[in-house]
Amino acid sequence: MWDWEYAFSIMPQLLKALQITISATILGFLLACILGLLLAFARRSNFKPLSLVTGGFVEFVRSTPLLAQLYFIFYVLPQCGIMLSPLSAGVIGLGLHYSTYLSEVYRAGIDAVPRGQWEASTALNFSRTRTWLSVILPQAIPPIIPVMGNYFIGMFKDTPLLSAITLVEVLQAAKIIGSHTFRYIEPITIVGLMFLVLSYVSSVGIRRLEARLNRW
Amino acid sequence: MEAIQLNQYEDISPVIDKPIISYQKVSKSFGDLKVLREIDLDIAPGEIVAVIGSSGSGKTTLARMLMTLEQPTSGVIMVDGEPLWHKSVNGKLVPADEKHIRRVRSKIGMVFQQFNLFPHMTILRNVTEAPIHVLGISRAEAEERAVAMLNKVGLGNKLDVYPAQLSGGQQQRVAIARALVMRPKVMLCDEVTSALDPELVGEVLEVLKEIAAEGETTMLLITHEMAFAGDVADRIIFIDKGRIVEQGPPNVILSNPRNPRTREFLSRFRQQWASKS
Amino acid sequence: MIPINPPFDLLPALLPGVGITLQLTIFSSLLAFMLAFIVGFGRLSKYKSIQVVSTIYVEFFRGTSLLVQLFWAYFVLPHFGLELTAMQAGVIVLGLNYGAYASEVVRSSILAVPKSQTEAGIALNMTSTQIMYRVILPQAFLTMLPPFGNLLIELLKGTALVSLITLSDLMFMGAQLRITTLRTTEVFCLVLIIYFIIAYPLILGVRGLESKFSKGRA
Ligand SMILES: Nc1ncnc2c1ncn2[C@@H]1O[C@H](COP(=O)(O)OP(=O)(O)OP(=O)(O)O)[C@@H](O)[C@H]1O
Ligand SMILES: [Mg+2]
Repeated sequence: MWDWEYAFSIMPQLLKALQITISATILGFLLACILGLLLAFARRSNFKPLSLVTGGFVEFVRSTPLLAQLYFIFYVLPQCGIMLSPLSAGVIGLGLHYSTYLSEVYRAGIDAVPRGQWEASTALNFSRTRTWLSVILPQAIPPIIPVMGNYFIGMFKDTPLLSAITLVEVLQAAKIIGSHTFRYIEPITIVGLMFLVLSYVSSVGIRRLEARLNRW
Repeated sequence: MEAIQLNQYEDISPVIDKPIISYQKVSKSFGDLKVLREIDLDIAPGEIVAVIGSSGSGKTTLARMLMTLEQPTSGVIMVDGEPLWHKSVNGKLVPADEKHIRRVRSKIGMVFQQFNLFPHMTILRNVTEAPIHVLGISRAEAEERAVAMLNKVGLGNKLDVYPAQLSGGQQQRVAIARALVMRPKVMLCDEVTSALDPELVGEVLEVLKEIAAEGETTMLLITHEMAFAGDVADRIIFIDKGRIVEQGPPNVILSNPRNPRTREFLSRFRQQWASKS
Repeated sequence: MIPINPPFDLLPALLPGVGITLQLTIFSSLLAFMLAFIVGFGRLSKYKSIQVVSTIYVEFFRGTSLLVQLFWAYFVLPHFGLELTAMQAGVIVLGLNYGAYASEVVRSSILAVPKSQTEAGIALNMTSTQIMYRVILPQAFLTMLPPFGNLLIELLKGTALVSLITLSDLMFMGAQLRITTLRTTEVFCLVLIIYFIIAYPLILGVRGLESKFSKGRA
């Protein structure tokens, strides 16, 4: 049933495609971290229309499928003259989708910083930017790192969706191999195992990080 | 002579013919920590026993073992002539099964320091739940009993509210009703007023006094309220470092303790009390 | 570029897909709900073997990707002689996948009920089954509801993946319609909006529950 020789022979191709998967995850996550923070700021803005529109946007993106959003980015944006490679469309889609989750995480982290910290910053006559950069964010972010880590793993497991917009990431590679050889068992099982191992390794990493953060 | 002398300062257990509760060489350890050491204690039916002692001396553990919330490391606890944690098979004591424990345990009830009411049930249901599902009596009868009991603790007008809507003192009175409605032969009360605001302590102690005065229920009261203990108890037991150090009638223990440790505890206690009020 | 007139004429072509999406959501969430309790209890079982099996199930389904699981069920299982229709594969995989996440909700909610509640049950001489069903679960169930609602929204979104194993759900119909009409913008806008309309009552429900509980605690 299981052909080891065949399994070994397709490994190089799969590992190469795995690199694409990993790059998409890392780039997408960086984008999500930055966009998420911007969304969190916009949501907190005193300018009501901005905070309302942001709220609506976050709600909409969070409650519609990532796959539909990827199609939208890949097929609709070119009609507005924005041409995107599958990888960049995928990274934008992942980043955008997850930024809405991360904005909520940031928000919780920021809300958890005691009021007294703001008041102390005012008393020291810090500027708003200084307050955010030196007082609020350094306290808001460490506690939320484990949650962010879980979203990182979640995003990693969502990257196979990019195959739908023609990116040859690891699952698409497996499918192509399968369609050439008519053997799906090995490629798809190997991909499953790759996900299992990598998400396990990442979750152990996050737990370590969490233990480290809890020390102080 | 020497031995008798010592014995006077240590634990003079009254001889009880047919004790309802009997701890026989009961010890309890948590890991390496020996919390109770070879406790021997008999309690007569209907007796009100108050247990005093400093924090960490093992009072709660003593009661929790009787409620089967904690298993003794060694020794035997007898309830109404039957071993609680053991079963007698061919004259030998072997660890009991769940069924045996439940049967013997039905004679015991407990009121907790933190009330432990069921937050998702109304007051009435808190009190009827066990009679209906554990004793198997009809809902109508259970409600009748429950209402009577809630009236007795002064909460007959709060049947349909939830625990969170009551004050601590009221919640604790519900907890007392919930335990009593099961008609246990023995009631365990573990510092039932410690979690209450000072002005609410009185109402709960009043209820306990009333139950004690009825004389139907044997009570084991763990308390820091010395005046209350002196008032209701037939016997006061002083526990120190996992041992019963001294016991006797309240007037003796509270006003004329023989053991230096009891004296020290009581004087420390009075000082604290004096500085608080 | 942005459609001025709502493209209602496209709706009839999409509606059958909405039906499939809803069916898939309902059946797989029922499966997930059942699994959540079976596995959630399994992980708290006193039998080591049941604990281990439940934990492996949860870790396996949470550790691999949903789409990979769908592909595996649809493309690999037939090689083992198990032919599933796309609908069967979709319901089973979505149910198993979200059931794994939901079982964690069940487990953590049960563990979150204070131990003193169990002790109160023992003091009233309840059996351990009575304590679980009358004391612990009713309290735990309330805490489970908001996270269950969130998972249901995630599951609804996850159903879109079945379009990649050829099941003609809303997403699939949308992708088809784009090819046949070439009205890309309108089609995908409409698809997104329909998903949002299905999800919105769930969002409101979750929000209602959350605010109710935060009020109750205060
Ligand atoms: N489950 C447990 N695990 C480990 N140690 C415990 C446990 N329960 C109690 N202990 C320890 O056993 C000792 C006796 O505890 P116990 O609660 O019986 O004291 P107590 O006399 O009731 O004190 P207090 O007046 O503070 O209530 C304490 O040192 C306590 O820390
Ligand atoms: Mg105690």
